[in-house]
Amino acid sequence: MTTIEAERAVVPSEPFGGGSAIRTTELTKRFGDVAVVDRLNLEVPAGSVFGFLGPNGSGKTTTIRMLLGLIAPSEGEVQLLGRTMPGRAAEALPRVGALVEGPAFYPWLSGRQNLERIDAAGPEGDAATRRTRIELALERVGLTAAGKKKYKAYSLGMRQRLGLASALLRRRELLILDEPTNGMDPQGTREIRNLIRELAADGTTVFLSSHLLAEIEQVCTHVAVMSLGRLLSQGSLAALQSDATPVMRVDTVDVELALGVVGARGLSGRHDDRSVSAELGGQAPEDLCRLLVEAGVRVTGFAVERPSLEDVFVSLTGEGFDVAR
Amino acid sequence: MLRAELAHLFGRRRVQALLVILALVPIGVVVAIRLSGGPGGGDGPAFLGQITNNGVFAALAALTITLPIFLPLAVAIVAGDAIAGEASLGTLRYLLVRPAGRSRLLGVKALAVVAFCVAAPFVVAAAGLIVGSVLFPVGRVTTLSGDTLSIASGAIRIAGAAGLVGVSLLGLAAIGLFASTLTDIPIGAIAATLGVVILAGVLGTIPQVSAIHPWLLTNGWLSYGDLLRSHVTWTAITRNVALQAGYVLVFGAAAWARLTTRDVLA
Repeated sequence: MTTIEAERAVVPSEPFGGGSAIRTTELTKRFGDVAVVDRLNLEVPAGSVFGFLGPNGSGKTTTIRMLLGLIAPSEGEVQLLGRTMPGRAAEALPRVGALVEGPAFYPWLSGRQNLERIDAAGPEGDAATRRTRIELALERVGLTAAGKKKYKAYSLGMRQRLGLASALLRRRELLILDEPTNGMDPQGTREIRNLIRELAADGTTVFLSSHLLAEIEQVCTHVAVMSLGRLLSQGSLAALQSDATPVMRVDTVDVELALGVVGARGLSGRHDDRSVSAELGGQAPEDLCRLLVEAGVRVTGFAVERPSLEDVFVSLTGEGFDVAR
Repeated sequence: MLRAELAHLFGRRRVQALLVILALVPIGVVVAIRLSGGPGGGDGPAFLGQITNNGVFAALAALTITLPIFLPLAVAIVAGDAIAGEASLGTLRYLLVRPAGRSRLLGVKALAVVAFCVAAPFVVAAAGLIVGSVLFPVGRVTTLSGDTLSIASGAIRIAGAAGLVGVSLLGLAAIGLFASTLTDIPIGAIAATLGVVILAGVLGTIPQVSAIHPWLLTNGWLSYGDLLRSHVTWTAITRNVALQAGYVLVFGAAAWARLTTRDVLA
Protein backbone atom coordinates (compact mmCIF):
# COMPACT_ATOMS: atom_id res chain seq x y z
CA MET A 1 0.00 0.00 0.00
CA THR A 2 1.85 2.99 -1.23
CA THR A 3 -1.03 5.16 -2.34
CA ILE A 4 -2.54 6.71 0.71
CA GLU A 5 0.07 7.04 3.39
CA ALA A 6 -1.72 9.84 5.19
CA GLU A 7 -4.38 7.52 6.54
CA ARG A 8 -1.82 5.23 8.11
CA ALA A 9 -0.20 7.83 10.31
CA VAL A 10 1.49 6.25 13.31
CA VAL A 11 -0.34 7.06 16.48
CA PRO A 12 1.64 8.84 19.17
CA SER A 13 0.48 7.89 22.62
CA GLU A 14 -0.26 11.40 23.79
CA PRO A 15 -2.70 11.73 26.67
CA PHE A 16 -6.20 12.73 25.72
CA GLY A 17 -8.09 15.77 26.80
CA GLY A 18 -9.60 16.17 30.23
CA GLY A 19 -9.68 12.51 31.20
CA SER A 20 -12.59 11.78 28.89
CA ALA A 21 -12.45 8.78 26.59
CA ILE A 22 -15.45 10.12 24.70
CA ARG A 23 -16.82 13.62 24.71
CA THR A 24 -19.56 14.93 22.45
CA THR A 25 -20.56 18.55 22.22
CA GLU A 26 -24.07 19.43 21.06
CA LEU A 27 -23.88 16.38 18.81
CA THR A 28 -26.80 16.31 16.39
CA LYS A 29 -27.75 14.04 13.51
CA ARG A 30 -30.71 14.78 11.32
CA PHE A 31 -32.16 12.41 8.76
CA GLY A 32 -34.45 14.66 6.76
CA ASP A 33 -36.31 16.77 9.30
CA VAL A 34 -36.00 14.36 12.17
CA ALA A 35 -33.22 14.92 14.68
CA VAL A 36 -32.39 11.30 15.49
CA VAL A 37 -29.72 12.56 17.86
CA ASP A 38 -30.47 15.95 19.33
CA ARG A 39 -27.78 18.13 20.94
CA LEU A 40 -26.09 15.33 22.81
CA ASN A 41 -23.44 16.21 25.38
CA LEU A 42 -21.95 12.92 26.39
CA GLU A 43 -18.99 12.60 28.70
CA VAL A 44 -17.42 9.18 29.20
CA PRO A 45 -14.66 9.28 31.84
CA ALA A 46 -11.50 7.36 31.03
CA GLY A 47 -11.39 4.07 32.89
CA SER A 48 -15.14 3.85 33.41
CA VAL A 49 -17.51 1.11 32.37
CA PHE A 50 -20.16 3.27 30.82
CA GLY A 51 -23.67 1.97 30.25
CA PHE A 52 -25.49 3.64 27.37
CA LEU A 53 -29.20 3.06 27.78
CA GLY A 54 -32.29 3.94 25.89
CA PRO A 55 -35.42 2.40 24.42
CA ASN A 56 -35.37 1.09 20.86
CA GLY A 57 -35.20 3.99 18.43
CA SER A 58 -33.78 6.44 20.95
CA GLY A 59 -30.68 7.17 18.85
CA LYS A 60 -28.10 4.95 20.56
CA THR A 61 -26.78 3.26 17.44
CA THR A 62 -26.74 6.49 15.44
CA THR A 63 -24.68 8.01 18.24
CA ILE A 64 -22.26 5.07 18.19
CA ARG A 65 -21.92 5.37 14.41
CA MET A 66 -20.99 9.02 14.82
CA LEU A 67 -18.51 8.20 17.59
CA LEU A 68 -16.77 5.82 15.19
CA GLY A 69 -16.85 8.15 12.20
CA LEU A 70 -19.14 5.94 10.15
CA ILE A 71 -21.58 8.80 9.73
CA ALA A 72 -20.90 12.50 9.89
CA PRO A 73 -22.68 14.67 12.48
CA SER A 74 -25.15 17.25 11.16
CA GLU A 75 -23.94 19.55 13.93
CA GLY A 76 -21.73 19.37 16.97
CA GLU A 77 -18.53 17.53 17.63
CA VAL A 78 -17.19 14.17 18.70
CA GLN A 79 -13.92 13.75 20.57
CA LEU A 80 -12.78 10.15 20.63
CA LEU A 81 -9.72 9.61 22.84
CA GLY A 82 -9.11 13.32 22.51
CA ARG A 83 -9.28 13.37 18.73
CA THR A 84 -11.98 15.00 16.67
CA MET A 85 -13.97 12.52 14.61
CA PRO A 86 -14.23 11.82 11.78
CA GLY A 87 -11.29 14.06 10.81
CA ARG A 88 -8.66 12.34 12.95
CA ALA A 89 -10.16 8.87 12.77
CA ALA A 90 -6.84 7.42 11.60
CA GLU A 91 -5.28 8.38 14.94
CA ALA A 92 -8.13 7.45 17.25
CA LEU A 93 -9.58 4.29 15.74
CA PRO A 94 -6.53 2.00 16.01
CA ARG A 95 -6.89 2.36 19.78
CA VAL A 96 -10.60 1.56 19.75
CA GLY A 97 -12.24 -1.84 19.50
CA ALA A 98 -15.85 -1.87 18.42
CA LEU A 99 -18.87 -4.05 18.02
CA VAL A 100 -21.50 -2.08 16.13
CA GLU A 101 -25.05 -3.28 15.54
CA GLY A 102 -24.18 -6.92 15.73
CA PRO A 103 -21.27 -8.85 14.29
CA ALA A 104 -20.64 -8.97 10.52
CA PHE A 105 -18.23 -11.39 8.87
CA TYR A 106 -17.76 -13.29 5.63
CA PRO A 107 -20.00 -16.37 5.80
CA TRP A 108 -17.76 -18.46 3.55
CA LEU A 109 -14.66 -17.98 5.70
CA SER A 110 -13.89 -19.64 9.02
CA GLY A 111 -13.83 -17.68 12.24
CA ARG A 112 -10.04 -17.65 12.20
CA GLN A 113 -9.81 -16.56 8.55
CA ASN A 114 -12.28 -13.78 9.27
CA LEU A 115 -10.11 -12.47 12.09
CA GLU A 116 -7.03 -12.72 9.87
CA ARG A 117 -8.69 -10.64 7.20
CA ILE A 118 -9.90 -7.88 9.51
CA ASP A 119 -6.53 -7.73 11.29
CA ALA A 120 -4.70 -7.42 7.95
CA ALA A 121 -7.00 -4.61 6.82
CA GLY A 122 -5.65 -1.86 9.05
CA PRO A 123 -2.66 -0.42 10.85
CA GLU A 124 -1.00 -1.85 13.98
CA GLY A 125 -1.89 -5.42 13.11
CA ASP A 126 1.61 -6.90 13.20
CA ALA A 127 1.56 -9.90 10.85
CA ALA A 128 4.27 -11.67 12.86
CA THR A 129 2.11 -11.83 15.99
CA ARG A 130 -1.21 -12.24 14.18
CA ARG A 131 -1.58 -16.00 14.73
CA THR A 132 -0.87 -15.75 18.44
CA ARG A 133 -3.16 -12.76 18.90
CA ILE A 134 -5.99 -14.51 17.07
CA GLU A 135 -5.64 -17.66 19.19
CA LEU A 136 -5.61 -15.56 22.34
CA ALA A 137 -8.70 -13.60 21.32
CA LEU A 138 -10.57 -16.77 20.37
CA GLU A 139 -9.66 -18.29 23.71
CA ARG A 140 -10.90 -15.25 25.61
CA VAL A 141 -14.34 -15.55 24.06
CA GLY A 142 -14.43 -19.34 24.25
CA LEU A 143 -14.27 -20.01 20.50
CA THR A 144 -10.99 -21.91 20.23
CA ALA A 145 -12.75 -25.14 19.27
CA ALA A 146 -15.02 -23.46 16.71
CA GLY A 147 -12.27 -21.33 15.15
CA LYS A 148 -11.98 -23.39 12.00
CA LYS A 149 -15.70 -23.71 11.45
CA LYS A 150 -17.22 -21.59 8.70
CA TYR A 151 -18.87 -18.43 9.99
CA LYS A 152 -22.15 -19.33 8.30
CA ALA A 153 -22.38 -22.38 10.59
CA TYR A 154 -22.10 -20.19 13.72
CA SER A 155 -25.07 -19.61 15.99
CA LEU A 156 -26.01 -16.03 16.88
CA GLY A 157 -24.20 -16.31 20.19
CA MET A 158 -21.04 -17.62 18.51
CA ARG A 159 -21.17 -14.80 15.97
CA GLN A 160 -21.42 -12.32 18.80
CA ARG A 161 -18.40 -13.94 20.45
CA LEU A 162 -16.41 -13.71 17.22
CA GLY A 163 -17.33 -10.03 17.01
CA LEU A 164 -15.93 -9.57 20.50
CA ALA A 165 -12.80 -11.54 19.60
CA SER A 166 -12.28 -9.15 16.71
CA ALA A 167 -12.53 -6.18 19.09
CA LEU A 168 -9.95 -7.86 21.36
CA LEU A 169 -7.35 -8.68 18.69
CA ARG A 170 -5.13 -5.89 19.88
CA ARG A 171 -4.82 -3.99 23.13
CA ARG A 172 -7.32 -1.14 23.10
CA GLU A 173 -7.80 1.93 25.22
CA LEU A 174 -11.50 2.02 24.51
CA LEU A 175 -14.05 -0.64 23.65
CA ILE A 176 -17.37 0.44 22.17
CA LEU A 177 -19.75 -2.48 22.45
CA ASP A 178 -23.25 -2.23 21.03
CA GLU A 179 -25.48 -4.89 22.63
CA PRO A 180 -22.60 -7.34 23.15
CA THR A 181 -24.62 -10.09 24.80
CA ASN A 182 -27.43 -10.09 22.25
CA GLY A 183 -28.37 -13.69 21.43
CA MET A 184 -26.05 -15.26 23.97
CA ASP A 185 -26.95 -18.03 26.39
CA PRO A 186 -26.82 -17.26 30.13
CA GLN A 187 -23.33 -18.78 30.47
CA GLY A 188 -22.10 -16.67 27.58
CA THR A 189 -23.67 -13.56 29.07
CA ARG A 190 -21.90 -14.23 32.34
CA GLU A 191 -18.55 -14.84 30.66
CA ILE A 192 -18.88 -11.59 28.74
CA ARG A 193 -19.69 -9.79 31.96
CA ASN A 194 -16.56 -11.20 33.57
CA LEU A 195 -14.57 -10.34 30.48
CA ILE A 196 -15.74 -6.73 30.66
CA ARG A 197 -14.75 -6.57 34.33
CA GLU A 198 -11.32 -7.98 33.49
CA LEU A 199 -10.79 -5.48 30.71
CA ALA A 200 -11.90 -2.62 32.89
CA ALA A 201 -9.52 -3.76 35.62
CA ASP A 202 -6.73 -3.57 33.02
CA GLY A 203 -7.62 0.08 32.51
CA THR A 204 -9.65 -0.23 29.32
CA THR A 205 -12.60 2.13 29.11
CA VAL A 206 -15.71 0.21 28.12
CA PHE A 207 -18.66 1.95 26.50
CA LEU A 208 -21.54 -0.48 26.57
CA SER A 209 -24.92 -0.03 24.99
CA SER A 210 -27.60 -2.38 26.13
CA HIS A 211 -31.24 -2.64 26.97
CA LEU A 212 -30.57 -5.38 29.51
CA LEU A 213 -30.71 -3.17 32.57
CA ALA A 214 -29.72 -5.87 35.01
CA GLU A 215 -26.58 -6.37 32.93
CA ILE A 216 -25.69 -2.73 33.04
CA GLU A 217 -26.42 -2.55 36.74
CA GLN A 218 -23.97 -5.37 37.39
CA VAL A 219 -20.96 -4.12 35.45
CA CYS A 220 -21.25 -0.38 34.91
CA THR A 221 -19.79 2.43 36.95
CA HIS A 222 -21.48 5.15 34.91
CA VAL A 223 -24.72 5.39 33.01
CA ALA A 224 -26.37 7.61 30.43
CA VAL A 225 -30.00 7.36 29.45
CA MET A 226 -31.30 8.48 26.07
CA SER A 227 -34.80 8.89 24.78
CA LEU A 228 -36.02 10.33 21.48
CA GLY A 229 -32.51 11.41 20.58
CA ARG A 230 -31.96 13.39 23.76
CA LEU A 231 -29.82 12.67 26.75
CA LEU A 232 -32.10 12.42 29.79
CA SER A 233 -29.48 11.76 32.39
CA GLN A 234 -25.87 10.78 32.82
CA GLY A 235 -23.51 10.26 35.70
CA SER A 236 -22.25 7.62 38.03
CA LEU A 237 -24.63 4.73 38.59
CA ALA A 238 -24.81 5.47 42.32
CA ALA A 239 -25.68 9.12 41.73
CA LEU A 240 -28.38 8.23 39.23
CA GLN A 241 -29.97 5.76 41.61
CA SER A 242 -29.85 8.08 44.59
CA ASP A 243 -31.55 10.79 42.53
CA ALA A 244 -34.65 8.66 42.45
CA THR A 245 -36.42 8.67 45.85
CA PRO A 246 -36.56 5.41 47.76
CA VAL A 247 -39.85 3.63 48.19
CA MET A 248 -41.24 2.08 51.38
CA ARG A 249 -43.40 -0.98 51.19
CA VAL A 250 -45.52 -2.36 53.96
CA ASP A 251 -47.01 -5.85 53.73
CA THR A 252 -50.26 -6.03 55.63
CA VAL A 253 -53.78 -7.39 55.67
CA ASP A 254 -55.13 -3.96 56.72
CA VAL A 255 -54.60 -2.28 53.37
CA GLU A 256 -57.30 0.41 53.79
CA LEU A 257 -56.04 1.41 57.22
CA ALA A 258 -52.44 1.61 56.02
CA LEU A 259 -53.44 3.74 53.02
CA GLY A 260 -55.13 6.13 55.42
CA VAL A 261 -52.01 6.51 57.56
CA VAL A 262 -49.79 7.06 54.55
CA GLY A 263 -52.27 9.53 53.07
CA ALA A 264 -52.41 11.48 56.34
CA ARG A 265 -48.63 12.02 56.01
CA GLY A 266 -49.14 13.55 52.59
CA LEU A 267 -47.77 10.58 50.62
CA SER A 268 -49.58 9.05 47.69
CA GLY A 269 -49.76 5.32 48.29
CA ARG A 270 -50.21 2.56 45.77
CA HIS A 271 -51.64 -0.76 46.84
CA ASP A 272 -52.63 -4.26 45.96
CA ASP A 273 -54.60 -6.53 48.31
CA ARG A 274 -51.56 -7.47 50.43
CA SER A 275 -49.31 -4.41 50.45
CA VAL A 276 -49.07 -0.64 50.27
CA SER A 277 -46.12 1.22 48.85
CA ALA A 278 -45.26 4.90 48.61
CA GLU A 279 -42.33 7.08 47.65
CA LEU A 280 -40.80 8.32 50.89
CA GLY A 281 -40.14 11.81 49.66
CA GLY A 282 -37.70 12.58 52.46
CA GLN A 283 -39.73 11.20 55.34
CA ALA A 284 -38.06 8.87 57.80
CA PRO A 285 -39.18 5.28 57.26
CA GLU A 286 -38.86 4.44 60.96
CA ASP A 287 -41.42 7.13 61.86
CA LEU A 288 -43.84 5.84 59.25
CA CYS A 289 -43.46 2.33 60.57
CA ARG A 290 -44.22 3.47 64.14
CA LEU A 291 -47.29 5.44 62.97
CA LEU A 292 -48.61 2.43 61.08
CA VAL A 293 -48.28 0.15 64.07
CA GLU A 294 -49.79 2.76 66.44
CA ALA A 295 -52.76 3.10 64.07
CA GLY A 296 -53.37 -0.62 64.47
CA VAL A 297 -52.10 -1.76 61.11
CA ARG A 298 -51.03 -5.38 61.35
CA VAL A 299 -47.67 -5.32 59.69
CA THR A 300 -46.29 -8.57 58.27
CA GLY A 301 -43.36 -6.96 56.48
CA PHE A 302 -41.76 -3.56 56.08
CA ALA A 303 -39.10 -2.62 53.57
CA VAL A 304 -37.39 0.42 52.10
CA GLU A 305 -36.40 -0.25 48.53
CA ARG A 306 -33.77 1.55 46.51
CA PRO A 307 -35.15 1.86 43.02
CA SER A 308 -33.62 -0.63 40.61
CA LEU A 309 -32.03 0.70 37.48
CA GLU A 310 -35.13 -0.51 35.72
CA ASP A 311 -37.31 1.74 37.89
CA VAL A 312 -35.01 4.67 37.23
CA PHE A 313 -35.02 3.90 33.53
CA VAL A 314 -38.79 3.68 33.32
CA SER A 315 -39.24 6.80 35.41
CA LEU A 316 -36.97 8.64 32.97
CA THR A 317 -38.20 7.25 29.68
CA GLY A 318 -41.85 6.58 30.50
CA GLU A 319 -43.92 3.42 30.63
CA GLY A 320 -45.03 3.18 27.00
CA PHE A 321 -44.23 -0.06 25.26
CA ASP A 322 -44.61 1.26 21.73
CA VAL A 323 -41.46 2.27 19.90
CA ALA A 324 -41.49 6.03 20.15
CA ARG A 325 -40.59 6.47 16.49
CA MET B 1 -3.66 -5.16 2.61
CA LEU B 2 -3.57 -5.45 -1.19
CA ARG B 3 -2.12 -8.94 -0.98
CA ALA B 4 -4.82 -9.96 1.50
CA GLU B 5 -7.50 -8.43 -0.73
CA LEU B 6 -6.22 -10.27 -3.81
CA ALA B 7 -6.13 -13.56 -1.90
CA HIS B 8 -9.62 -12.81 -0.62
CA LEU B 9 -10.99 -12.00 -4.10
CA PHE B 10 -9.41 -14.86 -6.02
CA GLY B 11 -10.05 -17.26 -3.13
CA ARG B 12 -13.79 -16.77 -3.46
CA ARG B 13 -15.69 -19.63 -5.04
CA ARG B 14 -17.75 -17.16 -7.01
CA VAL B 15 -14.71 -15.57 -8.63
CA GLN B 16 -13.10 -18.93 -9.32
CA ALA B 17 -16.36 -20.12 -10.90
CA LEU B 18 -16.45 -17.00 -13.09
CA LEU B 19 -12.94 -17.70 -14.35
CA VAL B 20 -13.76 -21.36 -15.00
CA ILE B 21 -16.87 -20.38 -16.97
CA LEU B 22 -14.84 -17.84 -18.95
CA ALA B 23 -12.37 -20.61 -19.80
CA LEU B 24 -15.12 -23.05 -20.71
CA VAL B 25 -16.68 -20.75 -23.31
CA PRO B 26 -13.75 -20.86 -25.79
CA ILE B 27 -13.09 -24.51 -25.00
CA GLY B 28 -16.69 -25.32 -25.92
CA VAL B 29 -16.56 -23.32 -29.13
CA VAL B 30 -13.24 -24.80 -30.29
CA VAL B 31 -14.36 -28.33 -29.50
CA ALA B 32 -17.57 -27.70 -31.44
CA ILE B 33 -15.58 -26.51 -34.45
CA ARG B 34 -13.43 -29.60 -34.27
CA LEU B 35 -16.47 -31.89 -34.06
CA SER B 36 -18.33 -30.17 -36.88
CA GLY B 37 -15.25 -30.52 -39.04
CA GLY B 38 -14.85 -26.90 -40.02
CA PRO B 39 -15.74 -23.31 -39.36
CA GLY B 40 -18.86 -23.42 -41.55
CA GLY B 41 -19.90 -20.10 -43.07
CA GLY B 42 -17.58 -17.16 -43.38
CA ASP B 43 -19.48 -14.59 -41.28
CA GLY B 44 -18.71 -15.85 -37.77
CA PRO B 45 -16.64 -13.84 -35.30
CA ALA B 46 -13.18 -12.76 -36.38
CA PHE B 47 -10.34 -15.32 -36.24
CA LEU B 48 -12.79 -18.22 -35.97
CA GLY B 49 -12.19 -19.28 -39.57
CA GLN B 50 -8.44 -19.53 -39.13
CA ILE B 51 -8.57 -21.94 -36.20
CA THR B 52 -8.69 -25.07 -38.36
CA ASN B 53 -5.48 -24.01 -40.10
CA ASN B 54 -3.72 -22.84 -36.99
CA GLY B 55 -4.79 -23.61 -33.43
CA VAL B 56 -3.05 -20.49 -32.14
CA PHE B 57 -5.88 -18.41 -33.55
CA ALA B 58 -8.21 -20.04 -31.03
CA ALA B 59 -6.75 -17.66 -28.42
CA LEU B 60 -7.82 -14.63 -30.45
CA ALA B 61 -11.17 -16.15 -31.33
CA ALA B 62 -11.73 -16.79 -27.62
CA LEU B 63 -11.21 -13.10 -26.83
CA THR B 64 -13.55 -12.06 -29.65
CA ILE B 65 -16.29 -14.41 -28.49
CA THR B 66 -16.16 -13.48 -24.80
CA LEU B 67 -15.65 -9.73 -25.16
CA PRO B 68 -19.22 -8.66 -25.97
CA ILE B 69 -20.96 -10.42 -23.07
CA PHE B 70 -19.04 -12.82 -20.89
CA LEU B 71 -16.09 -10.63 -19.94
CA PRO B 72 -18.22 -7.53 -19.19
CA LEU B 73 -20.57 -9.71 -17.15
CA ALA B 74 -17.69 -11.06 -15.08
CA VAL B 75 -16.19 -7.60 -14.58
CA ALA B 76 -19.58 -6.15 -13.65
CA ILE B 77 -20.04 -8.85 -11.03
CA VAL B 78 -16.63 -8.32 -9.46
CA ALA B 79 -16.63 -4.51 -9.63
CA GLY B 80 -20.27 -4.07 -8.64
CA ASP B 81 -19.75 -6.31 -5.63
CA ALA B 82 -16.54 -4.61 -4.48
CA ILE B 83 -18.02 -2.09 -2.02
CA ALA B 84 -21.73 -2.93 -2.11
CA GLY B 85 -20.92 -6.54 -1.25
CA GLU B 86 -19.07 -5.45 1.90
CA ALA B 87 -21.93 -3.11 2.74
CA SER B 88 -24.56 -5.82 2.36
CA LEU B 89 -22.60 -8.18 4.63
CA GLY B 90 -22.05 -5.38 7.15
CA THR B 91 -18.29 -5.93 6.92
CA LEU B 92 -17.88 -2.45 5.41
CA ARG B 93 -18.46 -0.84 8.81
CA TYR B 94 -15.91 -3.09 10.45
CA LEU B 95 -13.32 -2.43 7.73
CA LEU B 96 -13.85 1.31 8.22
CA VAL B 97 -13.71 1.07 12.00
CA ARG B 98 -10.58 -1.10 11.82
CA PRO B 99 -9.65 1.59 10.33
CA ALA B 100 -8.85 0.60 6.78
CA GLY B 101 -9.30 4.24 5.68
CA ARG B 102 -11.92 5.05 3.11
CA SER B 103 -9.57 6.20 0.35
CA ARG B 104 -7.22 3.33 1.00
CA LEU B 105 -10.04 0.79 0.99
CA LEU B 106 -11.30 2.12 -2.33
CA GLY B 107 -7.76 2.05 -3.73
CA VAL B 108 -7.21 -1.56 -2.68
CA LYS B 109 -10.60 -2.61 -4.02
CA ALA B 110 -9.89 -0.83 -7.30
CA LEU B 111 -6.51 -2.53 -7.69
CA ALA B 112 -8.09 -5.92 -7.00
CA VAL B 113 -10.72 -5.25 -9.67
CA VAL B 114 -7.96 -4.21 -12.08
CA ALA B 115 -6.18 -7.48 -11.33
CA PHE B 116 -9.35 -9.33 -12.23
CA CYS B 117 -9.79 -7.31 -15.45
CA VAL B 118 -6.28 -8.34 -16.48
CA ALA B 119 -6.52 -11.94 -15.30
CA ALA B 120 -9.85 -12.70 -16.98
CA PRO B 121 -8.81 -12.14 -20.64
CA PHE B 122 -5.54 -13.99 -20.02
CA VAL B 123 -7.50 -16.96 -18.70
CA VAL B 124 -9.73 -16.81 -21.79
CA ALA B 125 -6.81 -16.52 -24.20
CA ALA B 126 -4.84 -19.25 -22.44
CA ALA B 127 -7.82 -21.60 -22.49
CA GLY B 128 -8.28 -20.91 -26.21
CA LEU B 129 -4.60 -21.36 -26.94
CA ILE B 130 -4.35 -24.64 -25.07
CA VAL B 131 -7.48 -26.24 -26.50
CA GLY B 132 -6.72 -24.85 -29.96
CA SER B 133 -3.21 -26.26 -30.06
CA VAL B 134 -4.39 -29.63 -28.75
CA LEU B 135 -7.15 -30.03 -31.33
CA PHE B 136 -5.65 -28.29 -34.36
CA PRO B 137 -2.24 -28.00 -36.00
CA VAL B 138 -0.07 -25.20 -34.71
CA GLY B 139 2.06 -23.10 -36.96
CA ARG B 140 3.41 -19.72 -37.71
CA VAL B 141 0.84 -17.00 -37.27
CA THR B 142 -0.43 -15.37 -40.43
CA THR B 143 -1.25 -11.72 -39.85
CA LEU B 144 -4.35 -10.03 -41.18
CA SER B 145 -2.08 -8.49 -43.80
CA GLY B 146 -0.95 -11.89 -45.03
CA ASP B 147 2.62 -12.09 -43.69
CA THR B 148 3.64 -14.73 -41.23
CA LEU B 149 5.14 -14.28 -37.79
CA SER B 150 7.29 -16.64 -35.78
CA ILE B 151 5.45 -18.50 -33.04
CA ALA B 152 7.25 -16.45 -30.38
CA SER B 153 6.34 -13.18 -31.98
CA GLY B 154 2.78 -14.43 -32.45
CA ALA B 155 2.57 -15.38 -28.80
CA ILE B 156 3.71 -11.92 -27.77
CA ARG B 157 1.04 -10.34 -29.93
CA ILE B 158 -1.61 -12.62 -28.50
CA ALA B 159 -0.55 -11.70 -24.99
CA GLY B 160 -0.68 -8.06 -26.08
CA ALA B 161 -4.19 -8.58 -27.37
CA ALA B 162 -5.29 -10.11 -24.05
CA GLY B 163 -3.71 -7.17 -22.24
CA LEU B 164 -5.55 -4.69 -24.44
CA VAL B 165 -8.82 -6.49 -23.82
CA GLY B 166 -8.06 -6.12 -20.11
CA VAL B 167 -7.47 -2.40 -20.58
CA SER B 168 -10.73 -2.16 -22.54
CA LEU B 169 -12.54 -3.49 -19.48
CA LEU B 170 -11.09 -0.88 -17.11
CA GLY B 171 -13.58 1.84 -17.99
CA LEU B 172 -16.40 -0.56 -17.24
CA ALA B 173 -14.70 -1.60 -14.02
CA ALA B 174 -14.57 2.05 -12.90
CA ILE B 175 -18.27 2.46 -13.65
CA GLY B 176 -18.96 -0.73 -11.68
CA LEU B 177 -16.91 0.47 -8.73
CA PHE B 178 -18.75 3.80 -8.71
CA ALA B 179 -22.12 2.01 -8.86
CA SER B 180 -20.89 -0.15 -5.99
CA THR B 181 -20.40 2.89 -3.76
CA LEU B 182 -23.95 4.09 -4.41
CA THR B 183 -25.86 1.18 -2.94
CA ASP B 184 -25.78 -1.47 -0.25
CA ILE B 185 -27.28 -4.02 -2.64
CA PRO B 186 -24.58 -5.63 -4.81
CA ILE B 187 -26.99 -6.99 -7.42
CA GLY B 188 -28.21 -3.45 -8.03
CA ALA B 189 -24.69 -2.23 -8.73
CA ILE B 190 -23.99 -5.25 -10.97
CA ALA B 191 -27.19 -4.76 -12.95
CA ALA B 192 -26.53 -1.04 -13.37
CA THR B 193 -23.04 -1.75 -14.67
CA LEU B 194 -24.30 -4.31 -17.16
CA GLY B 195 -26.98 -1.83 -18.17
CA VAL B 196 -24.24 0.61 -19.16
CA VAL B 197 -22.57 -1.99 -21.41
CA ILE B 198 -25.86 -2.86 -23.06
CA LEU B 199 -26.76 0.80 -23.51
CA ALA B 200 -23.38 1.49 -25.10
CA GLY B 201 -23.82 -1.51 -27.38
CA VAL B 202 -27.30 -0.44 -28.44
CA LEU B 203 -26.32 3.19 -29.01
CA GLY B 204 -23.39 1.93 -31.08
CA THR B 205 -25.79 0.40 -33.58
CA ILE B 206 -28.00 3.46 -34.00
CA PRO B 207 -26.69 5.61 -36.86
CA GLN B 208 -28.70 8.68 -35.77
CA VAL B 209 -26.49 9.07 -32.72
CA SER B 210 -23.25 8.49 -34.58
CA ALA B 211 -21.98 11.78 -33.16
CA ILE B 212 -21.47 10.14 -29.76
CA HIS B 213 -20.19 6.82 -31.12
CA PRO B 214 -16.50 7.72 -30.72
CA TRP B 215 -17.08 8.35 -27.00
CA LEU B 216 -18.97 5.18 -26.21
CA LEU B 217 -17.37 2.85 -23.69
CA THR B 218 -17.45 -0.06 -26.14
CA ASN B 219 -16.32 1.92 -29.19
CA GLY B 220 -12.70 0.79 -29.23
CA TRP B 221 -13.12 -2.65 -27.69
CA LEU B 222 -12.17 -4.49 -30.90
CA SER B 223 -9.12 -2.31 -31.58
CA TYR B 224 -6.81 -5.04 -30.27
CA GLY B 225 -7.26 -6.71 -33.68
CA ASP B 226 -4.85 -4.12 -35.07
CA LEU B 227 -2.06 -5.90 -33.20
CA LEU B 228 -2.38 -8.71 -35.71
CA ARG B 229 -1.30 -6.62 -38.68
CA SER B 230 2.25 -6.95 -39.99
CA HIS B 231 2.84 -3.32 -39.23
CA VAL B 232 0.76 -2.63 -36.17
CA THR B 233 -1.37 0.49 -36.53
CA TRP B 234 -1.60 2.15 -33.18
CA THR B 235 -4.17 4.90 -33.82
CA ALA B 236 -7.27 2.99 -32.76
CA ILE B 237 -5.46 1.24 -29.91
CA THR B 238 -4.09 4.47 -28.47
CA ARG B 239 -7.47 6.14 -28.79
CA ASN B 240 -9.17 3.27 -26.95
CA VAL B 241 -6.59 3.33 -24.15
CA ALA B 242 -7.08 7.09 -23.77
CA LEU B 243 -10.86 6.71 -23.79
CA GLN B 244 -10.71 4.01 -21.11
CA ALA B 245 -8.36 6.19 -19.06
CA GLY B 246 -10.93 8.98 -19.30
CA TYR B 247 -13.71 6.72 -18.03
CA VAL B 248 -11.45 5.48 -15.22
CA LEU B 249 -10.61 9.02 -14.20
CA VAL B 250 -14.19 10.30 -14.19
CA PHE B 251 -15.84 7.35 -12.51
CA GLY B 252 -12.89 6.64 -10.22
CA ALA B 253 -13.12 10.22 -8.94
CA ALA B 254 -16.88 9.90 -8.56
CA ALA B 255 -16.47 6.67 -6.59
CA TRP B 256 -13.89 8.34 -4.35
CA ALA B 257 -16.05 11.41 -3.78
CA ARG B 258 -18.97 9.21 -2.89
CA LEU B 259 -17.24 6.72 -0.59
CA THR B 260 -15.27 9.30 1.35
CA THR B 261 -18.35 11.37 2.17
CA ARG B 262 -21.21 8.95 2.52
CA ASP B 263 -22.82 7.93 5.77
CA VAL B 264 -22.28 4.23 6.28
CA LEU B 265 -25.53 2.92 7.69
CA ALA B 266 -25.26 -0.70 6.57
